[in-house]
Amino acid sequence: MKRRVLPGLPLSLGITLVYAAIIIVLPLIALVFKAASLGPADYWRIISSDRAVASYVVTISCAFVATVFNLVFGLALAWVLVRYRFPGRRIIDALVDLPFALPTAVAGISLTTLFAVNGWFGGPLSALGIKVAYTPLGIMIAMAFTSLPFVVRTVQPVLEELDPTLEEAAQTLGGSDLSIFARVVLPLLTPALLAGVSLSFARSLGEFGAIIFIAGNQPFETEITALLAFIRLEEYDYPASAAIASVMLIAAFVMLAVTNLLQARALRYTVRN
Amino acid sequence: MKIRLDNVVKTFDTFRAVHGVSLDIESGELLALLGPSGSGKTTILRMVAGLEYADGGHIYFGTEDATDIPVRERGVGFVFQHYALFPHMTVSENIAFGMKVSKVKRSPEAIRKRVEELLALVQLSGLGERFPGQISGGQRQRVALARALAVDPRVLLLDEPFGALDANVRRDLRRWLRKIHDELGITTLFVTHDQEEALDLADRVVILDKGTIVQQGTPEEVCRNPENAFVMRFLGDANSLPATIRDGMAYVQDVAYDAAGMADGTAEVLFRPADVAWREDGHGVPAQIVRVLDRPDSRRVLAKTTGGQSIEFDTAPEFPHRKGEAGFIDIRRPRIYKNG
Repeated sequence: MKRRVLPGLPLSLGITLVYAAIIIVLPLIALVFKAASLGPADYWRIISSDRAVASYVVTISCAFVATVFNLVFGLALAWVLVRYRFPGRRIIDALVDLPFALPTAVAGISLTTLFAVNGWFGGPLSALGIKVAYTPLGIMIAMAFTSLPFVVRTVQPVLEELDPTLEEAAQTLGGSDLSIFARVVLPLLTPALLAGVSLSFARSLGEFGAIIFIAGNQPFETEITALLAFIRLEEYDYPASAAIASVMLIAAFVMLAVTNLLQARALRYTVRN
Repeated sequence: MKIRLDNVVKTFDTFRAVHGVSLDIESGELLALLGPSGSGKTTILRMVAGLEYADGGHIYFGTEDATDIPVRERGVGFVFQHYALFPHMTVSENIAFGMKVSKVKRSPEAIRKRVEELLALVQLSGLGERFPGQISGGQRQRVALARALAVDPRVLLLDEPFGALDANVRRDLRRWLRKIHDELGITTLFVTHDQEEALDLADRVVILDKGTIVQQGTPEEVCRNPENAFVMRFLGDANSLPATIRDGMAYVQDVAYDAAGMADGTAEVLFRPADVAWREDGHGVPAQIVRVLDRPDSRRVLAKTTGGQSIEFDTAPEFPHRKGEAGFIDIRRPRIYKNG
């Protein structure tokens, strides 16, 4: 057997597995059991109720828009932070992590205050006829705020490591800025972008604290799935809550599987013979 | 395409990388820019490519002033030291890149045909579908060359093209590059810090130090007649002994060498390790053998003169002397350079 510098694989593996089981797997199993305590007919009735379906539509569509926004803006932010040197760069770099550090409820209250009809942003926007607080737009903003760091922080290191001679080579071959970005830079960033986007989307699907303050929480209009599960919980209807949560769980698994597949495709070229 | 550099200057922040370099590169010539690191050779190459802008002076491609033509319109082929192949494209896609982004539209069929031709030229037919991560370093450098040639460049520029390869591959690729150059006849400029590479490959060698040209000429001219001590030392091993010039003679201890036409003062006498004969008596600088190192085809002797200078020289494998023996070193082909 090959000797390793650090001994203790059985010990370290044991600790990690026990930890993962207690922290991650156990709650998930409890969730599945709770949901399974309903009969198939009841389960289907709960998860396919009009109110639940409306909440899926609101959550997924808002998360989608927020993620697309973060894809574009997060890439731009990472690009600026890596490629340019300007006063205040380090401060902006540090600010990127703020959504992670801030309690989401605080973020939600701040955003609500800013975007309420009498708020700093909400006032001018409502004068233009755009209502943000208590609409799906507010949900999108809250989701985008809390999940922005994922895209920036996954793309940034890859962009830093990108060999500048690749772009120089493309220039000597006659490539325009646009074609170099589209054919050389973007494909090399795609795996990182996919990772960032999937994390951002997953976070948006599950976000709760920041959204409930700004959303207004009108059933069928601005009620997110996480809130619906919470409402069932408050009503002591644990199986119904678990059933709704299980739908979110399945959605998260499907999405992770799809992004992993896409990533493997994007990284085809790294496979050696 | 004839290339002319006229008094080109480049400064980075406060560091003067290139001081007024003027240079003519004849059409079809294979020219080496040779110098230690920091001599400005890569900066000159990058200015010819348009990857850096000159702060002063002009660069002409033929009769056209190319100084301000942006890199993508300059029509140069550039080969980078670390290949700079696009890792997410196959070998064929890498070679086709320049043709695909070109303003001159080519049919997919024409591009495919040209890629096949270039793969054959660089002897990589059949590897077109591999990714760069799946081929060897020498193969990658050949792909980089094919990619640079695909756009029919007016001049080919290579930055330490063999620097990242191991010795055997280097030698093969060097001979092969010379063959390709002779076939295509394209004006080629390459940068190296390896004198052997420059002398082996180039029609003409330009030696640089601290941002200026110190000497240029054919390999024969620079080897047989180094104009100063820097060139003498840079081109190969050299021993140095301090000397004094009086009345047209250079004196090393009590031994006189011809220094006709040189002003009185201090100087140094430089000579190659192969240009020394060991004498047990008679003419030469007195010295003592410190160590003898054995090589497959010779013996290298480390000796110390009675003046305290260390010197090294090569002798035939039959050299019978041993450590500690005293004698005289007889210098053939001494080269005398004034100090300062």
